[in-house]
Amino acid sequence: MNKQSNSYTILYIIVLVLVVGSALALTAMALKPRQQENADADKKRQILAAVHVTAEAGDITSTFDKYVTSQFVVDENGNRIADDAFAINVANESKIAADKRSLPVYVCTLPDNGETKYILPVYGAGLWGPIWGYVALDSDGSTIYGAYFAHQGETPGLGAEIEKPAFSDQFEGKQMFKGDRYLPVTVVKVGQKPLGDEDYVDAVSGGTITSKGVAAMLNDCLTPYQKFLETLRTK
Amino acid sequence: MAEKVSNKSVLLNPFSKNNPVIVQVLGICSVLAVTAKLEPSIVMGLSVIAVLAFSNVIISLLRNTIPTNIRIIVQLVVVAGLVVIVSQLLQAYAYDVSKQLSVFIGLIITNCILMGRLEAFAMANRPWPSFLDGIGNGIGYAIILVIVGFFRELLGSGTLLGYQVVPQACYDAGYVNNGLMILPPMALIVVACIIWVHRSRNKDLQED
Repeated sequence: MNKQSNSYTILYIIVLVLVVGSALALTAMALKPRQQENADADKKRQILAAVHVTAEAGDITSTFDKYVTSQFVVDENGNRIADDAFAINVANESKIAADKRSLPVYVCTLPDNGETKYILPVYGAGLWGPIWGYVALDSDGSTIYGAYFAHQGETPGLGAEIEKPAFSDQFEGKQMFKGDRYLPVTVVKVGQKPLGDEDYVDAVSGGTITSKGVAAMLNDCLTPYQKFLETLRTK
Repeated sequence: MAEKVSNKSVLLNPFSKNNPVIVQVLGICSVLAVTAKLEPSIVMGLSVIAVLAFSNVIISLLRNTIPTNIRIIVQLVVVAGLVVIVSQLLQAYAYDVSKQLSVFIGLIITNCILMGRLEAFAMANRPWPSFLDGIGNGIGYAIILVIVGFFRELLGSGTLLGYQVVPQACYDAGYVNNGLMILPPMALIVVACIIWVHRSRNKDLQED
């Protein structure tokens, strides 16, 4: 058989692609449940990080179940519309109009003092790729208890610093409401002040676009929760 | 065919005299990218050894059937398939490491060492020597990765595999981790230092 002929070449590549393709499909299907488990555990670890809980690799799920006592989904009027907050893909939700989003809420009860914290997911864009995080609020719906941020590929040493506690710890104690007005926390350059009288934290030096992305993300993703947070305040 | 080389030298030469990174200077990009910590360096080294050995064997088995004008495409398909499988395995069994290595596992496909070995060795040799050649070159690559990762993590973070090794007393006495070691340029400088030491001990490798 002539191994240099066109028909041999075409046949060869078709067979090769079929074999490699089915091998890849089998691997992906066989490993899918485990990968999903890992991704879920990682998400739980990040949610817990917002309330300053670090879970060991092995018992993330049990720690999560211990701290997060309930979870639900609200609409922009603050009404409960579903129960399974964990199943909501925040990345997809953040792309649709604010008044149509399903807004997940994780209710966390701290075992030491019984305090209730509300953890809200946020998702936005940094300089190179997506950034996301979780913001934990006190039961007054205004005071930030803790925050966690992560990124996919921000510049190491500059924008990537948003994932460090040095940045996220600044959010503790900041207010989402001023008096009765909703004014979300913003991020401004070191030494500057925002135009309004909202609370603010210092941006990462050299990470201007990532820091602006964090401010835009907080505004975009927390503002739909306004009605829900107001109901917490009047409780 | 060129002179017959023994299996032993096929396996051992790439460790030092014919090291893919410090002598042939291939695969430098991934050395810069993944060596800030020791653990991803080791995993990356193991991944490259596995992909290189198996792609060498597969290409060597197929070498007499591959039509010459699409041989590079065939090599790429085999390598890409293996790399995706490794990446899927890491996501399933070493999730944290796969997050750290992120795109660099995928970029093994473009690692020049692989294409170099497939084209230069596996296309012309039987499966067993090709397997040894893949293992040898993979280990030669991994050694350099581990050495660079060791120094960068030790000097840059004061830890090894995540464990604190620089005692707290040193920090109390004013010692500070060298943040520059974490940044990519230092990988290049560490690799250069390794090449320098290696050449000074192997006079026959020095160019005029």
